[in-house]
Amino acid sequence: MTKRIVVTGLGATSALGGTVADNWKNLLDGVSGVRPLEHEWVEQYSLPVTFAAEATVRPETILDRPTAKRLDVSTQFALVAALEAWADAGAPDVDPERLGVDFATGIGGVWTLLNAWDTLREKGPRRVMPMTVPMLMPNASAGFLSLHFGARAFARTVASACASSVESLDSAYHHLQAGDADIVIAGGAESAIHPITVASFSSMQALSRRNDSPATASRPWDVDRDGFVMGEGAAVLILETEEHAVARGAKIYAELAGTATTADSYHITANDPSGAGAARAVRHALATAGRTPDEVTHINAHATSTPVGDPAEYTALHSVFGDRVREIPASATKSSTGHLLGGTGAIESVYTVLAIREHIAPPTINLQNQDPEIPFRASNKTQQLADGPQLAISNSFGFGGHNAVAAFATYDG
Amino acid sequence: MALSTEEVLAGLAELITDETGIDAGEVALEKSFTDDLDIDSISMMTIVVNAEEKFGVTIPDDEVKNLKTVKDAVDFITAGAE
Repeated sequence: MTKRIVVTGLGATSALGGTVADNWKNLLDGVSGVRPLEHEWVEQYSLPVTFAAEATVRPETILDRPTAKRLDVSTQFALVAALEAWADAGAPDVDPERLGVDFATGIGGVWTLLNAWDTLREKGPRRVMPMTVPMLMPNASAGFLSLHFGARAFARTVASACASSVESLDSAYHHLQAGDADIVIAGGAESAIHPITVASFSSMQALSRRNDSPATASRPWDVDRDGFVMGEGAAVLILETEEHAVARGAKIYAELAGTATTADSYHITANDPSGAGAARAVRHALATAGRTPDEVTHINAHATSTPVGDPAEYTALHSVFGDRVREIPASATKSSTGHLLGGTGAIESVYTVLAIREHIAPPTINLQNQDPEIPFRASNKTQQLADGPQLAISNSFGFGGHNAVAAFATYDG
Repeated sequence: MALSTEEVLAGLAELITDETGIDAGEVALEKSFTDDLDIDSISMMTIVVNAEEKFGVTIPDDEVKNLKTVKDAVDFITAGAE
């Protein structure tokens, strides 16, 4: 028997602000979160890319110092977003053994690891802090959120690069369907704007080089796009069985109607240009939801602003929706937030939930000259969604050939 | 340079506050690290490593288990930082 899974709390922190409300306002206002990086290491290493979308609210300014210094910045972001989402859900009174965590990161505690390496080389092993490993491990956020919120059902980590946090929603969906929990804290976090990652993504020719105009660098679907822009932050969705949410009188934002993941088995970093794996993920997510492509009213695309990734996603969606894909209001919100890597699917899911609630597709900023090969129905302004119940998909694809799709629907009680 | 008991106590209290959030005023000589201040082994090792750097002393791992109270640590550091 299929259960209905609903969204009862949202949390987000990114380059668009430290709360969901600030994120949503700035997103709809067409604000760019991309700015020059003002760190000495940019010049020190002559990095070829000198900008990114850094979070506007540093989590160590919110958390108490003893907590913050025991957490990698990625886990600090995770905690800040989870605290907001948990409060938004009404701080549910739930049996700890019925509360789970499904949390994602793409890269994990890269800053903690490399700071410890510097300490080791400069001062020797004695100065390497005992918390180094528990801070840098990929499951640090899942484990810490479980500890903080008293979640004892499970605390699972999902890592699939830029698909990670939609895969965490998929994991949560299945946990809830299986009856493993009544509530799951799901999402993803990333804090990986480090000279190593900037250098690596640059060497790969994956990043925009628009150093003279950072705010216009992330431009999905525009003919002048030249790569993605690194972002950071976290987002959390409180997912719950409908039965549990209704019983406690929770506010319900939307239904997580279905999810799916597939793998390309094509190339470790390149998209399969046929889009076959991505298309299967969309079809499976809709099938899981018991819905058809004809019903989809909004798309939050993965759309990173790379020359080859963006058209591959269009190809995939065209194969699912046919020419109707040109009629469905679509958004590429990385144009504003940059790419949160392992946090990106979660923050885009938060935006998707708000989009279907308010019947507004967020702008795709910097879209000035749309690539004719990618004729999504897109705008650098907001688009109104049609009246009536909504069904939206949020796509995320990651290095490793991971494709993940979440389908959100209007909750009609 | 010899440090006074008061100087070491104040410095140690600062490190303990930084690591655990315990109010510096709570850190008194007779307090037990585990029973009174509720400091776990990882925090204790972090404080030890930071104390070594701050006071320029070496606190061998074998010695850490003998540091039951704040006074034990202050005495060890005062003796070592001659």
